[in-house]
Amino acid sequence: MSRPSDSRLPASFLTPGSSSFADFLAQQSPELLPGRRTPPSGQVDVPHGTTIVAATFPDGVIMAGDRRATMGNVIAQRDIEKVYPADEFSAVGFAGTAGLGVEMVRLFQVELEHYEKIEGTTLSIDGKANRLATLIRGNLSMAMQGLAVVPLFAGFDPQAVGGRIFSYDVAGGRYEETAFHAVGSGSLFARGSLKKLYRENLSERECVMAVIQSLYDAADDDSATGGPDLTRRIFPIVAVVTADGFRRLPDADVGAIADEVVAGRMQRPDGPAAQLI
Amino acid sequence: MTTPFYVSPEQLMKDRADYARKGIARGRSVVVLQYADGIAFVAENPSQALHKISEIYDRVAFAAVGRYNEFENLRIAGVRLADLRGYSYDRADVTGRGLANAYAQTLGTIFSSGGEKPYEVEIFVAEIGESVDEDQIYRLTYDGSVADEQGYAVMGGQVDSVNEYLSTNYSAGLSLEDAVLLASAALGHDSQQPRTPDPEQLEVAVLDRARSQPRKFRRIRGERVTALFGGADAAATADDETPAAADATSDPAEPTTEPTAESAGETTAEPNAEPTDGEADGAAEDSIDLTDLPPDPPEPTA
Repeated sequence: MSRPSDSRLPASFLTPGSSSFADFLAQQSPELLPGRRTPPSGQVDVPHGTTIVAATFPDGVIMAGDRRATMGNVIAQRDIEKVYPADEFSAVGFAGTAGLGVEMVRLFQVELEHYEKIEGTTLSIDGKANRLATLIRGNLSMAMQGLAVVPLFAGFDPQAVGGRIFSYDVAGGRYEETAFHAVGSGSLFARGSLKKLYRENLSERECVMAVIQSLYDAADDDSATGGPDLTRRIFPIVAVVTADGFRRLPDADVGAIADEVVAGRMQRPDGPAAQLI
Repeated sequence: MTTPFYVSPEQLMKDRADYARKGIARGRSVVVLQYADGIAFVAENPSQALHKISEIYDRVAFAAVGRYNEFENLRIAGVRLADLRGYSYDRADVTGRGLANAYAQTLGTIFSSGGEKPYEVEIFVAEIGESVDEDQIYRLTYDGSVADEQGYAVMGGQVDSVNEYLSTNYSAGLSLEDAVLLASAALGHDSQQPRTPDPEQLEVAVLDRARSQPRKFRRIRGERVTALFGGADAAATADDETPAAADATSDPAEPTTEPTAESAGETTAEPNAEPTDGEADGAAEDSIDLTDLPPDPPEPTA
């Protein structure tokens, strides 16, 4: 019996099968998937997000992102947010096309929550990292048109009892990073900075200090990365993920640390000196 | 000569309704009731993994009685519908009423179509609002009819006797402990001889307005359920701990030297005892019995 005029839920809703929201979306409303649109021909000027850094410390992992979005030579937004909770025990940040990045993050958040609700258990951290890789892979045709999104994923792994960091390329390649990593236009400078500042036994506060120093260095040498905005009091977003879950540091706390960093730079503009040997 | 076999439409519908009703009455009841801080669901369920009560969305939960495979299908459909709506619009646009309507249409169509057997299920869809007055509880039956319930409601098993007990003993503004105790006592009044349900066989979950996270659904399991029955002192301690664990994100917690020290809380759970079923809050909250759970809950519909 076919019931074209029925108002009941479509069969696809009631069919058991995939626990993945993205798979369901591809079947039910493919137009809502970020990567499924026909890529536009020609160039468009859209806002781009810039630098995201992450670093582990003994209790977990810290992720931070600057607040600038650029469109060509113009600063498109001063206070964009590029670091989000992926679920209770992980954080995700993105560099690249801001519009697609935000959408990708939303889809990833729903994907994890959906799995949790359907299956009654959370994904392993590797499972989460792999799902994100699949979503990025779906965006490849957009990336070929210049609308690339490169995420950085970090979370607390209860099995390993510590923080873990995963980086990606536009083709969906997934790479686990040790200790620290950065993505985006200022990432080279941020990574160089963290190389000199990072130690394995940093406390949470010291680790936050190190990533803010690295964002300062990125902003120092990369025009697309925004430094701490002291006049408007706009500071990087800092997320801490530990056994207690995801926690975004209040602006006041980040502001206090940023003020210290800036005060230090007044004395020595290149930042703290590492030992030669 | 055979005369065509004629069944009047009234008789046909009555037979189908009887069939569905019988299936539903075979199981045990589920009780839902409003308490001061939200809506509590209590069911007798010996299984730790096959739930009768589940999270659908931020403020919406689902409870069902009847055939497991049928209500599990409806639950998954509800999660898909809610997530799809929340993703394509906004989280605030997912409502219990919308979900109840979709379920009602689905159940109604299946019931009145000749080609399918009616679903042997009854469903609660509940949504908490900003205050008790804005809470909504919908009860959906096998034929797609919807009832808007106030205060408390029962479905499955011996509805009448359980309902009678609740109607004499329920009052508005109960605390969580009192609400769960009342619900448990009501579940025991399902026959002439009242019995006391084993607290370890109770499935308890709440939509808790006081939770700081957007997802208000929370399961109360194992020791936390027994604590509710353990007298005022034990119940009070359990209550104090819950918000602390739940508020891990809003609380700039003191750094812990031992990463697992906090998560273990008052239990001896392993660090890998992650919260499940939407309790994506502090691991302490329900890590108690998770270590006993199989890694993957069986999926009978698969």
